[in-house]
Amino acid sequence: MSNNPETALSGQQEIILKGVAAAHGIAIGPAYVYSKHIPRVETKAIAPGEVESEIQRLRTATARAEKELQKILRFAEMKLGAQSAKIFEAQIMILGDTILMGAIEQRITKELKNAEYIVADEISKYRQLMMAAPDEYMHERAHELDDVMNRIIRNVQDQKLFSRLEGESIVVSETLTSADTIIFSRNQVLGYATDLGGVTSHAAILSRSLKIPAVVGLRNATKQIRTGDLLAIDGYAGTIAINPSATTKESLHQKAQRFKEFEERLAELAGLPAMTPDRRTIELSSNIESPDEIEFLRIQGSAGVGLYRTESLLIGKDSYPTEDEQFETYGKVADGLFPDAVIFRTFDVGGDKLAPGSVQEENPFLGWRGIRVMLDRPDLFLNQLRAILRASTRKNVRIMFPMVSNLWEVRRAKILLDQAKGELRGLGIPFDNRIKIGVMIEVPSAAVMAEEIAAEVDFLSIGTNDLIQYLLAVDRDNAAVAHLFQQFNPAVLRSIKHIIEAGHRRGIWVGMCGEMAGDPVATVLLVGLGIDELSVGPTFLPEIKKIVRSIKLKDAKRIAEKVLAFKTEEEIKEYLSSVVKNKVPEIPLEEELGA
Amino acid sequence: MIERAVIIRNRTGLHTRPAATLVKTAARFKAEFFIQKDSLEINGKSIIGVMTLAAEQGSTLTLRFDGPDEAEAAAAIVQLFESGFDEQ
Repeated sequence: MSNNPETALSGQQEIILKGVAAAHGIAIGPAYVYSKHIPRVETKAIAPGEVESEIQRLRTATARAEKELQKILRFAEMKLGAQSAKIFEAQIMILGDTILMGAIEQRITKELKNAEYIVADEISKYRQLMMAAPDEYMHERAHELDDVMNRIIRNVQDQKLFSRLEGESIVVSETLTSADTIIFSRNQVLGYATDLGGVTSHAAILSRSLKIPAVVGLRNATKQIRTGDLLAIDGYAGTIAINPSATTKESLHQKAQRFKEFEERLAELAGLPAMTPDRRTIELSSNIESPDEIEFLRIQGSAGVGLYRTESLLIGKDSYPTEDEQFETYGKVADGLFPDAVIFRTFDVGGDKLAPGSVQEENPFLGWRGIRVMLDRPDLFLNQLRAILRASTRKNVRIMFPMVSNLWEVRRAKILLDQAKGELRGLGIPFDNRIKIGVMIEVPSAAVMAEEIAAEVDFLSIGTNDLIQYLLAVDRDNAAVAHLFQQFNPAVLRSIKHIIEAGHRRGIWVGMCGEMAGDPVATVLLVGLGIDELSVGPTFLPEIKKIVRSIKLKDAKRIAEKVLAFKTEEEIKEYLSSVVKNKVPEIPLEEELGA
Repeated sequence: MIERAVIIRNRTGLHTRPAATLVKTAARFKAEFFIQKDSLEINGKSIIGVMTLAAEQGSTLTLRFDGPDEAEAAAAIVQLFESGFDEQ
């Protein structure tokens, strides 16, 4: 990462591409543009006497393709779990489609053309039909089909599966399938950069658990980058620099260094509680969505999981997982965390999170989502509740309901929970009969009625992302109004204060699991308002703990009082930032984090 | 030859899992089995074909069976659709 005068002399311009940060980390290295190895297919005539050997070639290739997929399937099951690995099973089934393979062999015999041409032509017919369908699901299916097709053709052409990188590289590609990500991760991959994809794509989740920096959604990175180009990937900011200038390299180098040092310093905190100098302990836990993340939590010294997003089980699925499939995951999480606790949030689908087979809505954020879906589908809800209950035998499991907007929903959910318990009892299946339940407070009506809701449950957890969106009527993904999404808007802060006090009046604990919980600028205020628990993205754990350990509760209370007297977000933010800068100067605040 | 019209009842439509069940069931019979949706007709014994049908909940399909055990095949397949592929 030294300065590179040649680059500057040769006049290569630095180009910055902006994408979406999918996995944290910084790396500088040569690009490897992975062109998906789309095999070239030429039409060749064959003699009638060659038909038999051509068909034999196809059969051998299909068998090899299946062997490859079986290998990927097993590796994926190991890395991702049986549920997520199912996408590879569908591909294996296509290889075993006797109608398809029969048609291909028949065409080879009749048309006297080479196998790869017929394979491509026959499968493309189906692909086109899928691409013509209006829904995204069918398009994804078409991409899967491409994968299968290319795998057969490559094997017909007797080419080896490409999975070797020469030395360390940043892999650049249009998209990365889970198979690609897994295969590359066995090499010296420094980072992933893709044209398409979001942070919830399989590849993104996988790179996070593999701790390889990734930036996705770069649009046309593959067109602008050539293999061998020097790249700098910033997985915090979500940017790629092509031919990074000496200045860029230096600043990224420093940033990487700063994070490394910071993380090392904070690692010393791992074994210590999140306790203020005047001995107020804040329960500090994490938001996770995969059992793979548990190991990382251990390193960070987290006490537990304040939000387990169960809907991650639905990613890439076309139907809800069965009770047994869910139990497999929940049980793994509960056992992995024991003796620490985990809060399973029941499926929060709808809004921007598509449910299998969900309906199109005019206004999904005000529509059929969260607990509303589950109460309308008691069959699905009971499946999930039984699966969670079955995972609760070690008494470290809690349940939380999302998107509650009135008291009836809480009562109805409790009745269904009792029903689920009764069913298990009838079958003689053990569970924690006194399992704690809570409600996520993220709808303004629930915030207003927090005390009445608190009377029904064992804890409340404030979901700030939605609470702010609904309270301020701002969609932060809408660029025209995004600036109005104010985390520190006085109305937001007063609502938070109201919720915490309501819970405390009813003698239950109140936590927070939205993004605000992991914002170092907000920590002092939240502690001062009396928050009992903060559940944050695992990477934020150390710095939030550091802040909690740096400020006395008594001072935090005074600061919170002062904040509540301010009337605009600007004043509040400025004041709170200055508090952190003065009291915990080593914390890198937002602009340095580049997030 | 037997023809039957069915409506997709299960929420997820003919997604991967129901598609697999359908193809596996059809394979147990000698009768040919075709599925028609709108203007598209595919072989019901082919997983890739069934996957091509963008068949959502509520859509209507025409099933055609032809062969010695067509009555049994029709009964078994129609039953699958009516039970919503035993989803959940």
